[in-house]
This record gives sequence, structure tokens and C-alpha cells, in this order.
Amino acid sequence: MTVLAMVAPAAQVAGVLLGAPLVAGVMRQVRARLEGRVGAGVAQPWRDLRKHLRKQAMTPSGTTVVFSLAPAVVAGSALLIAAIVPLVTTFSPLDRMADLFAVVGLLLIGTVALALGGLDTGTAFGGMGASRGITIAALAEPTILLSVFALSLPAGSSNLGVIVAATAHDPWTVLSVPGALAFVALLTVIVAETGRLPVDNPSTHLELTMIHEAMELEYAGPRLALMEWASAMRLTVLLALLANLFAPWGIAGAGSGAGGFLLATVLIAAKVAVLALILGGIEVFVAKLRLFRVPELLAGSFVLALLAVTTSSFFASAVG
Amino acid sequence: MNQDLYTAGMNTAAGTLLLTAVLVVWRRELRAMVMLLACQGVALAALPIVDGIAHASAEVIGVGVAILALRGVVLPAVLLRLVARRGPARRGPARWVPARRESAPVVGTSLSLLITALLTVTAFAVTRPIVRLQATVGSMAVPVSFAVILIGIQVMATRRRALSQTVGFLMLDNGITSAAFLLTSGVPLVVELGASLDVLFVTLVLGLLARQVQAHFGDSDVGRLRELRD
Repeated sequence: MTVLAMVAPAAQVAGVLLGAPLVAGVMRQVRARLEGRVGAGVAQPWRDLRKHLRKQAMTPSGTTVVFSLAPAVVAGSALLIAAIVPLVTTFSPLDRMADLFAVVGLLLIGTVALALGGLDTGTAFGGMGASRGITIAALAEPTILLSVFALSLPAGSSNLGVIVAATAHDPWTVLSVPGALAFVALLTVIVAETGRLPVDNPSTHLELTMIHEAMELEYAGPRLALMEWASAMRLTVLLALLANLFAPWGIAGAGSGAGGFLLATVLIAAKVAVLALILGGIEVFVAKLRLFRVPELLAGSFVLALLAVTTSSFFASAVG
Repeated sequence: MNQDLYTAGMNTAAGTLLLTAVLVVWRRELRAMVMLLACQGVALAALPIVDGIAHASAEVIGVGVAILALRGVVLPAVLLRLVARRGPARRGPARWVPARRESAPVVGTSLSLLITALLTVTAFAVTRPIVRLQATVGSMAVPVSFAVILIGIQVMATRRRALSQTVGFLMLDNGITSAAFLLTSGVPLVVELGASLDVLFVTLVLGLLARQVQAHFGDSDVGRLRELRD
């Protein structure tokens, strides 16, 4: 175990921590430019965070410890995922914990904490947002599980590090029937999970349709900053994971030196930036779906993931 | 051509075939369905083109280019005209505006997606013997062809609009074409041309029929065709 391998998780956490607001900024800036606006700049989410962090922490009367702990749990679970999933290297000491089921469970902990924080205030909006958020999560989490499962079958392990390493070793295996199905399923479900268009509109406030914003409506100051930071981190981690599952080239292996690690870090940042650019561009062209049609969208991505697993096991058994 | 590249090309084409078929079931906008059909046509054409390049066979590449022109461009264009069509211009404002979406399919989207999953699993189950016979890159994609055939039949059976039924029919035919190509590793050009011309004429006739139905009823719901008259 080299020192570099020990440094990798720290580098991943730091990168996600610092880069997440920038990813959100890139998506907003792309959207602004495509709509003909100048935009606030890529660093605007960072300026927002600084502004929120300077404010006084407010606790609405009648709320309990659940309300004040929720932001920390959401951010903590996102950071833990950032530490264990293979972003920079497939060879880190935390790698054994990067099990598919553990990561999905951690995601769900964040979602549940967010929903509880929304419920705890006892306002109508918080309750509605929590109800919607959990509905979407209940449909989205199995799909994440299934679509990564389709990729894990050829690798023969549910450990994300092993899956990414297998794909990095043989990059063509992803270009297959299960790969294509799993990619579309995973992309759809990441969009749903992180509350982007067409499932939720991240740029609205005080509308009856909002989901994520409704849950954090009562938050202000540092806690709001933590909430927004955490949701940007979830998006960043999921995009990075998507990039590494399907295009892991450049990821550092066991034998890479300091140069390899540096290159891997730059490459993963570039991949996430490209994905953010593409997603931000797509968002300009889609409208938000009616809430009652969101389960339809998620049912579709679930079916795609199911088919990915079916075809994957078919190919595995036909070859082996 | 590199063996890895060949395998990846064939697998991507097969994956896109299945993906577009599922997406057609998913989407209800008629224009989106036609666009997906065009994508499926391109994926279908990629099968013989990749195979032809790998085996350096000009005839197979020719078949691929013909399929690309017909199924990727001409047929979707014919259907798109139908979607975009307004009423006869010389009679003033449009008398009927063509429907943009499949408003009331027989089976809802979620349920038809589940049926699609079942059909695909069935297709993979029943084609096992064929794949086991000779496990090549081509024959591994045969289950996908069967799945596309079954999904095409499903779309024809569960949609009401004439246009979406035509899309289902063309998907069925795409499936048959790819199965024929993958199983026989290369249909003669003449046979392929004959089949393609048939499909072209069927589509033109179906397009005309859809327009007539639309002009008569102001709607292309074929459920309204209940009586036979001469």
C-alpha cells in the first residue's frame, strides 16, 4: 500500500468538496448562455455559499434535532460516497467498502435525511416535498442498483472498484447491448435522483411543483449552504461515477506513480465537466414533466435496467 | 479490422436496435417515435456495414448503404411528412390538424413497458438454442432481433393511431431484416432490394390510408373504422 494510494481518497473528497459548486455553476452558466443571457459566471454557487455561510444560523420554532442534523447527514453521506467510490484510482485502502449496495444505501440515507428535515418543520411545502422526494427515490434507487448490476455481471463482483478496473482493462466490453441499456437507465435515474430537469426544476422557488427546493424551504444561512453544497456534491459524485463506469480510461491503477494519479485527477475533472456541459445543454431543450408522469419515466428507466441485467446474464452464460 | 472493434461495433448496433425499440414504446409523441425509428434504421444499417468492412465485402456494404438510405432516411421522411401535414391549403385554414401524440393507447405506458420487458426476456429465452448452435458475434445479436420483432407486434397491437401502428410495422420489419442478416450472414442484394421495395410501398400505402382516415374523421384513430362499404 503506497502513500499515494492513501492520499487518493483524501484527494477525491477534496476534489468533490471544492469542485461540486463549480459543476453546478457550469450547468447554470451553459443554460444561461444557451438562453441568450450573460449568466452569473461559473463561480456564482461559490459566492452564494460564502454569503449563506456568513449568515446567522436560524432554527424555526417547533423543530427538533432532526431539522438541525439533516444537512450534516446529507453532506456527510455524500462525502463518504466521494471517499469510497473509485474516482481517481481503483486501488485505494477504502476500496473494499465501495460495494454497490453500500453506495446505494448511502445515497438513500442522504435522501431520507433530506425528507425528514423537510417533514420536521411541519409546513405544508416540506411535507409535500418529502412525499414527492421519497416517491421518486423509491423508484430511482432500485434502478441505480440494477443498472450497475448489469455492469457488475461481466466483472463478477459487486465492488465498484473491481467493476471499473475490469472496464478499464477491457474498454470495449462497455460497448454492448447491456452497456447501452444500462447507460441510458443510469443517466435517467441520476437526473431524477439529483433533482434536475425534467423531473424537478432546480431553478424555481415557491412553486407547487417543486420537490427538492420544497424540502429545504425552511433552511437558511449555514444550514442552507450545507444543503445546497450537499446536493451539488451528490450530482458531482454520481456524474463522476457514471463517467468512470462507462469511460474509465486514465484511471490510476495499482502501479501508477504520482504522475498517473495527477493525470487521473485531471481526467476525471475533465470528464465531469464535459458531462455537466452536456446535461446543462440538454436541460435547455426539455420542460419539466408533470409529477404524475415522472413514475412513467422512472418505470421506463427501470425496464431498461432490467433488460440490461437480463441481456448481461444472457451474454455471460452464452460465452461461459 | 480489429476484432475488438468489430465486436464492439456489432454489439453497439444491436444494443441501439433494442434501445430504440424500448424507447418507441416509452415515448408517445409521434414525431419522437418517427425519429427513434430513423435511429433504429441507422443502427440496423450499421450491422451489415460493420460486417462488410470487417470481411472486406463490397456487396454486404452495399446492402448496408441501401438499408441506411431506405430505413434511416426515406421511410422516416415519409412518416414525418404525415406528422407535419396541415390541411389542404387552398381551402383556407387547416380543416384538421394531425395529432401530435398517441393520446389514448389501449395499454398505458407503464404497463406496456412491463410487457416489453416480458417480451424481451421471452425473446432471449426462446433464441437460446440458436445462439448455442454457434456462438459468434453475429448470432449473439439474434435475440435482440427477435425482441425487436415482438416489440414491433406489441406496438402494432396496443396503439390506436395509424401512424404509430405503421411505426410498429416498420420495427417488426427491421427485426426481421436484422434476424435474416445475422442468421444467414449476408442476404443476397437482390432479395434485400425486393424486400425493401415491398416495405417502401407498404409504407406509402399505409401513409395514404392514414391520411384518408384523418381527412374523413379528423382523427387517425383506426378504432373508428368499424364498417366495410364499397
